Amino acid sequence: MPSPTSPDLGRKLFRDMLRIRRVEDRIKAMYHLREMRSPPHLCMGHEGIAVGVCATLGRRDVIYPYYRSHGWYLAKGGDLNAMMAELFGRATGCSRGWGGSMHLIDLAAGVMGTSAIVGGTISHAAGAGLTFQMRGQSRVAVVAFGDGATEEGVFHETLNFAALRRLPVVFVCENNLYATNTHIRERQAQTEIYRHAERFGMPGVAADGNDVTEVHAQAARAVARARAGEGPTLIEFQTYRILEHCGVNEDHDLGYRTEEEVNAWRAVGPLERGRGLIDDRELARMTEEIEAEIDAACRSAQAAPWPTTLSLERATR
Amino acid sequence: MKFREAVRDATLLAMERDENVFLIGVGIVDPRAVWGTLAGALEKFGPQRVVEGPLAENALTGACVGAAALGMRPLIVHHRIDFVLLTMDQLVNHAAKWKPMFGAQQSIPMVVRAVVGRGWGNGPQHTQSHHALFSHVPGIKAVVPSNPRDAKGLLLAAIADDDPVVYIEHRWLHEDDAEVPAEYFTTPIGRATVARAGRDVTLVAAGPMVSEALKAAQALEAIGIDAEVIDLRTLRPLDTDTVIRSVVKTGHLVVADPDWGPCGVAGEVIACVAEEALDSLRARPVRVTWPDSAVPSSQAIEAMFYPGAREIQAAAVATCEGRTERLVASTVKDFHGPF
Repeated sequence: MPSPTSPDLGRKLFRDMLRIRRVEDRIKAMYHLREMRSPPHLCMGHEGIAVGVCATLGRRDVIYPYYRSHGWYLAKGGDLNAMMAELFGRATGCSRGWGGSMHLIDLAAGVMGTSAIVGGTISHAAGAGLTFQMRGQSRVAVVAFGDGATEEGVFHETLNFAALRRLPVVFVCENNLYATNTHIRERQAQTEIYRHAERFGMPGVAADGNDVTEVHAQAARAVARARAGEGPTLIEFQTYRILEHCGVNEDHDLGYRTEEEVNAWRAVGPLERGRGLIDDRELARMTEEIEAEIDAACRSAQAAPWPTTLSLERATR
Repeated sequence: MKFREAVRDATLLAMERDENVFLIGVGIVDPRAVWGTLAGALEKFGPQRVVEGPLAENALTGACVGAAALGMRPLIVHHRIDFVLLTMDQLVNHAAKWKPMFGAQQSIPMVVRAVVGRGWGNGPQHTQSHHALFSHVPGIKAVVPSNPRDAKGLLLAAIADDDPVVYIEHRWLHEDDAEVPAEYFTTPIGRATVARAGRDVTLVAAGPMVSEALKAAQALEAIGIDAEVIDLRTLRPLDTDTVIRSVVKTGHLVVADPDWGPCGVAGEVIACVAEEALDSLRARPVRVTWPDSAVPSSQAIEAMFYPGAREIQAAAVATCEGRTERLVASTVKDFHGPF
């Protein structure tokens, strides 16, 4: 789908994706040091969705991502230093060392807290929508989840409830084809996830999640609809996870997908597809800036104090 | 004021006082209005604050978590506590975890009001009380009022509390009548109360077992045993201080909890006493709990199921005489269904 994207927006979208990728590259590079002891569900390959969607949101809008949420957290404006400190288990972490990689939060940025339970935050977004509606606020809640979550009962329960009450919610499915290591065809009788929307009388859209400008265009439409009081939308974005389900490695040895399949998807990944949004000089400059920012975040995390008490009251002063 | 009227009184009062309080649940705008406990709420506050939900208990509970995290104070109402089991993911994995998991940046001020449906052959899936389940998990509080005054005071306290509270409401008590202050007041969460003072034996009870314990105390008085009755009121956090203070005085302990015994509240009370005041016990303590089976439907065997004043009395006599035995028989109140 063609989308009118200004050069400035294009640069921002690419930079945000690059920043997420570089942060996860750094996690990957440092993980073997055993200083980060929290299971990382890296989003490499998914970056276009979080970035494209979050670029359509304002600071007062809220997101409900899931355990694969480094990208969502950063795209929505979550604090990088606090995220790295959380991964290093420090008291200065975004969850003060209580959550780890799967439980990121930045309330000031509208990152409302993520769950390690599949489908866990889908209904929270409906609660936010209900709150905005009761308070007459023009805010939107976006919830992100994988294809596996659409098999959970709570997904269908929440879609129905949100549609029934015309809640200002956008449901974003990151369909990467696998729930851990099981292909969607082995799990779902009907694999077109966006079609669930029809049952509940809401728009259902399928789109290319690796094309950040298309993601942006589709999200903008759904967010505008929600903000206008016209109710929720379900968007299914196709994408692909490059690394293993959890951890920093490739997983060709497991045999559930072929190396060729991974490489084919890698070639059409969001950064590869979006490369035309910036030139070589911009790429070099962005990379340098981002690396410096990550260096500083890691240094500050590694120097930060450990949490020292099991008392939440004392931990938070 | 009747118990169920006190529940309604508290609900409407809380909604008047704080516009962040809202009602949500399955069948709450039903003309019967949850045994009248929500009568008039819809008319008064409208469908925006009295949210009739689809039959989607887990999603509705998650919606409460999401709303509470943004400063709302949801009160989700269930006709049966058995249906709350459908929401355990949101309650245990989410509501209870939201505060600790993010380093106490958010609290989840929500109330789960769950009715226990004893009576009229409601059978195995409509009569469970699950005191133990909701008392086990850190991050959730559990209260169980035994009388109309506390029905109001504990519900108002639960709504005002910043953490998730499960309010366990025994329908068995709905028609009980007593003085209830008309104004706003709270019964403190985490504090038991001495419902009757005595010197010889401590009868700790929860919910509908409190009035049974009071009846037992009267009968015990006639045979020269002066019983102290403690109404737990809150199951978590448990007020062990009040219990221990009493046991130190009486030296004898009976705990009556309308739930199964194993891993339950009665055992927890006894364990706390054993850990902190074992020397004050002059005889083995006794639990008076449900038989270790599902609750049956037929009136013939339902009548055998529930222990009451007689069993508490027998347990008190046994422990005061230094014996221990588990007795099961019953008292059946006159509840005429059908719901």
